[in-house]
Amino acid sequence: MSSARDLDIDHVAKLARLALTPEEKAKFSQQLGEVLSHIEQLGKVDVSGIEPTAHAFPVVNVWADDVARPGLPVEAALQNAPAQRHHMIAVPKVVE
Amino acid sequence: MAAELFFQTIAELGALLDSRKLSSAELTRAVIARTKAVDGRVHAFNSFDEAGALASAAASDARRAAGQARGPLDGIPVGLKDVIAAAGQPLTASSKILANYVSPYDATVTARLKGAGAVVWGRLNCDEFAMGSSTENSAFGPASNPWDLARVPGGSSGGSAAAVAGGELIAALGSDTGGSIRQPAALCGVVGLKPTYGLVSRYGLVAFASSLDQIGPLARTVEDAALVLGAIAGHDPLDSTSFQADIPDYHAGLKQKKGPWRIGIPKEYFGTGLDPAVGAAVEAAIAFYRSQGCEIKEVSLPHTQYCLDTYYIIATAEASSNLARFDGIRYGHRASGAKDVVDLYFQSRAEGFGPEVKRRIILGTYVLSSGYYDAYYLRAQKVRTLIRQDFLSAYREVDALLTPTSPTPAFKLGEKFDPLALYLCDIYTIGVNLAGLPALSLPCGFTPAGLPIGLQLIGQPFRESELLAMAHTYEQAHDWHRRHPAL
Repeated sequence: MSSARDLDIDHVAKLARLALTPEEKAKFSQQLGEVLSHIEQLGKVDVSGIEPTAHAFPVVNVWADDVARPGLPVEAALQNAPAQRHHMIAVPKVVE
Repeated sequence: MAAELFFQTIAELGALLDSRKLSSAELTRAVIARTKAVDGRVHAFNSFDEAGALASAAASDARRAAGQARGPLDGIPVGLKDVIAAAGQPLTASSKILANYVSPYDATVTARLKGAGAVVWGRLNCDEFAMGSSTENSAFGPASNPWDLARVPGGSSGGSAAAVAGGELIAALGSDTGGSIRQPAALCGVVGLKPTYGLVSRYGLVAFASSLDQIGPLARTVEDAALVLGAIAGHDPLDSTSFQADIPDYHAGLKQKKGPWRIGIPKEYFGTGLDPAVGAAVEAAIAFYRSQGCEIKEVSLPHTQYCLDTYYIIATAEASSNLARFDGIRYGHRASGAKDVVDLYFQSRAEGFGPEVKRRIILGTYVLSSGYYDAYYLRAQKVRTLIRQDFLSAYREVDALLTPTSPTPAFKLGEKFDPLALYLCDIYTIGVNLAGLPALSLPCGFTPAGLPIGLQLIGQPFRESELLAMAHTYEQAHDWHRRHPAL
């Protein structure tokens, strides 16, 4: 099992698209280091030949009938958008 | 003397409503007045809709007058944890990132409660995105325990438990990912039920850890919990993990299902860290069941010591994925002054999420990241299989398991700052979520200082009827649920 010291907080914060202050980085590194040290005991469990469980009761191939159903009106779907124009969500420019 | 209106049960109030000794409008006004009188101290609510509630109550009274009452919940004021959508109402998840969000639609459970005639009005405080065990992680300030305002109500459904205990509601819905219904129910002296994974639709619930989350009732009595469960359970095509199971009459089952049951006592749940008063109350409950002719048998769940770690890997991994949707684009807080769209994601999330949510996103992202996935996430999913097998093996010998709900009674606000210490509050409840089982907490005593103690009963998948009947048997012989906090 990997060591808790491997937690590169800058790299992980970037993956999570989360800006952290220097104080948050220092605090989270220390706190998560303790949590990861605790978690290292999982390395002692013999899991050879054990299948992973993703859901407690496997439900597979749930099909829905391919029929149109009423959805939200555009106004309702956009009512929580931080910025909108012409029935579209407005965002900062993504291409120059 | 009968209890104050706002401390009565759904069953008692239903009889008053049906006999026209009480109207839903009177009851709803009594609950609103109580909330206004005490919630400044308890802070169980994030918001409420007084006008909407009174309109629903008037509609209920009109139905009853016309002989068209819809059943036991018709006219009963209930609340929703602020992670469950109700059309036209705020939904904050107790987070700044959703501070101004208004739900465009009803969650399935909300629609079903409304369909049953319930007066759905208040939105209840909780830990931010249901992450926590004390409701101290709410961005809008912590809730307090009605039994001692200097103490936490538990969490994450702390507002739901505190509101029911304090007479601000008759019943409420919470959500339970690692104990978030049962632990606050225990700490506030009410009944809390986490149903089998898949019994209740999650459509319209803010997702925390999708393979663990389940909505369930918090109520004053087991009977009331059965009535609420009956209204919300059942298959929903809008939640593809919702199960195609026949829904029995849980209320009728309380009297039909009789013991004696074979009850397992998992020895790993009675170790160090268990408060002596909690231990004594649970031992007394075991003695009660033995006196009823139940066979009490010690069992072992050998992977118990790995539940906490397994949970924190799986829950944070799923949370980091689920919370990726909060990016400042389609809804929720958007930072101003971002230099481009990627910067907008970074800044909106930094400004919108609180510290515990950030910690869990970081941990979850880490355990899923390239090079660590197999060592953490995949390994945790395999240990989850072993934890689940522990329970299923135990059920070859016993019908249900009996444990404390929480190792300690309510602790003081601000007492536990260390994340790891707080995570240990959930050691008796987490295994149930990993295994997808139903479990219920009910009051089983008080500490010498007057704080409630909870008893946990863990049942077999989709056998909530037996679980409720077993709890009802205990409750009928005790009067803990008749005690109310002086607020």
